[in-house]
Amino acid sequence: MAAALINIPKKAKRGDIIEIKTLMSHIMETGYRHTASGEIVPRDIITSFTCRYNGAEIFRADLFPAIAANPFISFFTTATESGKFEFEWIGDNGFSETASASITVE
Amino acid sequence: MRLLGAIVAAMLVPGAAGAAEIPQAERRSGYSFMTPDTKTMQDDDTANPGMLWGLDGEALWKRKIGSANKSCADCHSDAGTTMKGVAAHYPAFDKALGRPVDLEQRINLCRTNHQQASPLAYESRDLLALSAFVARQSQGAAIETGSDPQLEPFLAKGRELFMQRQGQLNLGCANCHDDNWDKRLAGSAITQAHPTGYPLYRLEWQSLGSLQRRLRACITGIRAQAYDYGAPELVELELYLMSRARGMPLEAPAVRP
Repeated sequence: MAAALINIPKKAKRGDIIEIKTLMSHIMETGYRHTASGEIVPRDIITSFTCRYNGAEIFRADLFPAIAANPFISFFTTATESGKFEFEWIGDNGFSETASASITVE
Repeated sequence: MRLLGAIVAAMLVPGAAGAAEIPQAERRSGYSFMTPDTKTMQDDDTANPGMLWGLDGEALWKRKIGSANKSCADCHSDAGTTMKGVAAHYPAFDKALGRPVDLEQRINLCRTNHQQASPLAYESRDLLALSAFVARQSQGAAIETGSDPQLEPFLAKGRELFMQRQGQLNLGCANCHDDNWDKRLAGSAITQAHPTGYPLYRLEWQSLGSLQRRLRACITGIRAQAYDYGAPELVELELYLMSRARGMPLEAPAVRP
């Protein structure tokens, strides 16, 4: 079960700078840890995060093993038009999750 | 030398040199010891990682399971109304078992008795998710645990365990959490041990965890043998701690450092 929490303003004025906050459920296993019997715990992390605003990519981040579990990513953008933010997280072992949120720009 | 002997003797007599219990008006949630950053994280539902478990719990609440093919919602319907304030009463007395059970045990009793499903393992994702979801419905409600008179003998046992020195460091819970809560230990605040936010997200754990996990970690910290998950001693300690925090608002799922 993977779950995402997205926080963006529902409404904004054209030209406003808005904050987008995302939280994704993931263990972010580094690949550097060992079990009690000495075997390596295989790496299992999110490797990439992207955000599209009405289809155009506005933010991208690469994630690495040093990032804590359940990555919280927040960034700013300018509200230009009403529409949809689409978020995508891609990671090890075929991990792929999407979420979206709508905004009304007046 | 005689002075040193007197100090050692005072330390060996349980409770002899200890301060009194914390007065009602001076009780503080672990929240008030946190940095502004961590407080912000708890306060914002979309930044609080505990809410991820809450979301999972909401899905599990509606899922039909077991040979009875029933979901939690089939009996309890909308958790927003039926579970409101419920977690603020736990651990609570169970008539059939004749002893107190905590919220996790209550969920598992429901699973085995009514859903005819297998119980969930302690600290499993699903059990934490369900307990977080149920506890969340009582966010802001005042803790009322321990008002049932049937709980008295168990409360007394929990209190005794709280005061009892044990382990290689020969410490009881009270030695830190009643006597020294305004000080720091290895850079971290020693809090008053009011379990107002469980299950909660600890940044150190990078996960949600139950009160029993926290208690076991504390017991290991004083170099004593931790009780197994679900042990009556842990439930009695949970019961005492929750009744000690009676009247304080529930914050679950909280965030702690």
